[in-house]
Amino acid sequence: MWDGVGDFIAMGGHGPYVWGSYGLFAALLLAEMLLLRRRRRRTRAMLVRRLRRTASAQSPGEMT
Amino acid sequence: MVFRRIPWLTFAAPRNFHVLVQVLVPWLVGGAVVLAVAGLYTSFFVAPPDYQQGNSYRILFIHVPAAWMGMFIYLLMAVYGVIHLVWRIRLADMMARSLAPTGALMTFMALWTGALWGAPTWGTYWVWDARLTSTLVLLFLYLGYMALRTAVDDRENGARAASLLALVGAINVPIIYFSVEWWHTLHQGMSVTLTSAPTMAPSMFTALLLMTGACWLYCAAIALRRAQVEVLEREAETQWVRDLIRDGDSRTWDRNATVADARGTIREEGRS
Repeated sequence: MWDGVGDFIAMGGHGPYVWGSYGLFAALLLAEMLLLRRRRRRTRAMLVRRLRRTASAQSPGEMT
Repeated sequence: MVFRRIPWLTFAAPRNFHVLVQVLVPWLVGGAVVLAVAGLYTSFFVAPPDYQQGNSYRILFIHVPAAWMGMFIYLLMAVYGVIHLVWRIRLADMMARSLAPTGALMTFMALWTGALWGAPTWGTYWVWDARLTSTLVLLFLYLGYMALRTAVDDRENGARAASLLALVGAINVPIIYFSVEWWHTLHQGMSVTLTSAPTMAPSMFTALLLMTGACWLYCAAIALRRAQVEVLEREAETQWVRDLIRDGDSRTWDRNATVADARGTIREEGRS
């Protein structure tokens, strides 16, 4: 169907419209995933810190 | 009877929901990747150029799924809003809240891809026709919903106001859907309906279905994951979260969970 890579990228003259659509969609999905991963890691780190705090408050001698 | 045997309430309890998400998300993501690869291949290497539009029509393989998901997610938010308002199931509110950013993203992408498709096809990026305008209203409803949640200090009051907005705003979804039939719009009518055969080549329809499936699985995975983080943040002070962090993620759930568990933290917050 396509006459080489250049023809594929050109999309019959509609390249900017097609790749502008697919490109931004991919970029936004990636951004959404990365933002959520960051939030998830921060939350879990916060929970771990909180757990250590309560553990040390209850039995200070056992902390390593 | 099968309906009754499924332990719905089991998963309304936050700690069981956490386990459910741990199990489901890898499958949803895997499915989304498989469908997206197959869908992209069909979109670009199997479906032929359109005899009128040439290759710009390939934008529709993401435009249509994004538009469908934008509408579907809003309806889902409204349903969760009702469940939250009527039965006070906190998880329903967390799900609604977690769906909003993804729904807004899908609606924005529907508008963006529509504009980039319209430019070479209609000769304009934007017209104020009923379909486009009501979709823009949908985007503002999503943004309003998210703004309302962050604007109200009291979490429960903010959640109730947002649930109400989701419910009232849902009237816009059928308006978007049927706008092409009710008014004269520049936007074309429906090519895919539940009652008749699609008016497009089979390979184009296959690509559309695959991309829609990929989009749906992606939205499900990301919303569930976001709700899971939301659960951990809101329940940070509870014993089950402490146990979870201390013991690593457990894959067992509490089969005796009740409505009280699903509403649990409301009572705890009420006491403090």
